[in-house]
Amino acid sequence: MTRLTTRFAALRGRGEKALICYVVAGDPNIDRTVSIIRALDRAGVDAVELGIPFSDPLADGPSIQASSQRSLDNGTRIDDMFEVVRQVRASSGIPIVLMTYFNPTMQYGVERFANACKSSGVDGTIQTDLTPEESEEWVGHSRRCGLDTIFLLAPTSTINRIEVVSKLSTGFVYCVSRTGVTGARADVPTDLPGLVGRVREKTEMPVCVGFGISTPEHVASIGAFADGVVVGSALVNIIAAAGTSESLEADVEQYAASLKQATRRTQ
Amino acid sequence: MSTSILEPIGSSVPDSLGHFGPFGGRFVPETLIPALDELSAEYARAQIDPAFLAELSGLNRDYIGRPTPLYFAERLTEELGGGRIYIKREDLCHTGAHKINNAIGQAILARRMGKKRIIAETGAGQHGVATATACARFGLECDVYMGVEDIHRQALNVYRMKLLGARVIPVTSGTQTLKDATSEAIRDWVTNVTTTHYIIGSAVGPHPYPMLVRDLQSVIGRETRAQMLEREGRLPDVVIACVGGGSNAIGIFHPFINDVRVRLIGVEAAGRGIGTGEHCATLTAGRPGVLHGSMSYLLQSEDGQIAPSHSISAGLDYPGVGPEHSFLKESGRAEYVSITDSEALEGFQLLARLEGLLAALESSHAFAHLSKVRGEFAADQIVVVNLSGRGDKDMGTITQELGIVL
Repeated sequence: MTRLTTRFAALRGRGEKALICYVVAGDPNIDRTVSIIRALDRAGVDAVELGIPFSDPLADGPSIQASSQRSLDNGTRIDDMFEVVRQVRASSGIPIVLMTYFNPTMQYGVERFANACKSSGVDGTIQTDLTPEESEEWVGHSRRCGLDTIFLLAPTSTINRIEVVSKLSTGFVYCVSRTGVTGARADVPTDLPGLVGRVREKTEMPVCVGFGISTPEHVASIGAFADGVVVGSALVNIIAAAGTSESLEADVEQYAASLKQATRRTQ
Repeated sequence: MSTSILEPIGSSVPDSLGHFGPFGGRFVPETLIPALDELSAEYARAQIDPAFLAELSGLNRDYIGRPTPLYFAERLTEELGGGRIYIKREDLCHTGAHKINNAIGQAILARRMGKKRIIAETGAGQHGVATATACARFGLECDVYMGVEDIHRQALNVYRMKLLGARVIPVTSGTQTLKDATSEAIRDWVTNVTTTHYIIGSAVGPHPYPMLVRDLQSVIGRETRAQMLEREGRLPDVVIACVGGGSNAIGIFHPFINDVRVRLIGVEAAGRGIGTGEHCATLTAGRPGVLHGSMSYLLQSEDGQIAPSHSISAGLDYPGVGPEHSFLKESGRAEYVSITDSEALEGFQLLARLEGLLAALESSHAFAHLSKVRGEFAADQIVVVNLSGRGDKDMGTITQELGIVL
């Protein structure tokens, strides 16, 4: 059982939904990323998606693009990110999933990257642009290191794709709420329950929904049919607004707690 | 017709997943997979559909102006003193460059798929103009992404696109050049994939694009081959083309791939010199990685962050290269060399003075290489250089670089 699987099982027992929060490593800096994750843990967040900054994040909207650029401007390296995870692990068992584009993984060395995930305490990865067809080597190393492999599904996914992606996914299946890039939006697409329903026909795995989710109301409405929600850009915006000010961790904790509260009133 | 104008010529690559050896493939957000599947399927149907092939070859002839001439460059041949030099005149294509060969073909495919909106990325503006032209011809809505840096460098092409009815969307992210325009076009496509077709401008991107663009551009090499057999009764000894993303090069190389006696030389942009780090000689100085949907050589940092590129020629200013070129490099079938900004300017001037041809700065790299290796070819060897586009668009850059005030 990975930390993710254990967490989803516990949530199911309590009738709660998972809140997964995304932040970019190194924004506003590496030290504060450690304290942001601790703040998320205190707020009751169920898992963290730690984003590796990439120079060309083509699935991301303006918020995460800008956050990645700030992090790269700070000189963030891949090894810094593993150090963040090590420091968090010293005092916390919160599940941590790395979210990255494939090129940084490939350049680090696929085998070496998997080993570093394992030794630092990473629980799994989402490789945004690694399609199932190209993933054999990475999935192999992930299995060897006990890392979950989370793949994405989209509103455009056919039944055939849902099958292919579900087979390779462990931990949870990540449904993208709409066609498009990441970014906070005003409302939740109306066809989402249909997508989640189609996915459930093909897998027993928890199904989480992300992209465009920013308010407790969104969380509650999606929690009514999904097993969890992912909030990224809205949180990244809060981090951007706080910068390196003292209130950063408190702002993050307060916002995340308000979202987590919404996962407890859905049933 | 017995041989289709799109028939892959003795090609074992790519495989069904778009792999050229270890390169190519599909590295994209899952949202795009169904659209790529749809495009692959539609292209497979079109390849054997006489109506599609007839429409494409009709437009090639009547609209683009094909076949383009294969011109014997008598004075250049004399000046360089070795090698009989022929020039493939893609600069005479409608809109002034080879880009239109691809844009027209993909626009027909888009119409077949019922997609009414087209997006494209552009660097120098040549692909943007070609796409805007094809969209005007077919009555399709057209949005072109262009880096702010390039919008300033290529103001005339921006206005041409607007006259053709396209919207030019400025890209302010990253380095504000072709790489970022491509990322932004992909973001648009992820968002509007059900209504929009993305006409990618080079032989790059996720499968099937590198294959599709190659096949549509292979008309260059097929014509060259036939024209050469007719003129000289034999194949050329050497074929030279500039390589950015590499669509004109793969277009002229591909029909010669199985003629192993024909040397294929791709010329990359060495910018201010490979040693300065300010260049875009991807195959010369990069290493394999993933960008914009496929695996190929890339300019990048140790951590896999994409490196900023530089070239005097906006059309070569890209830190990646088409996956089939990576394959041809690794397999040894093609050679790749590089030419600096100042050598390219000399190549431009040489061709202008000796042949009365104003080459695009991109193509000038190929001629500069010819000049650089003068003496390497024997007098009876035949060398074909692809003049992929005309240089009118570059007059501003050239006068500036040569310190001339008009």
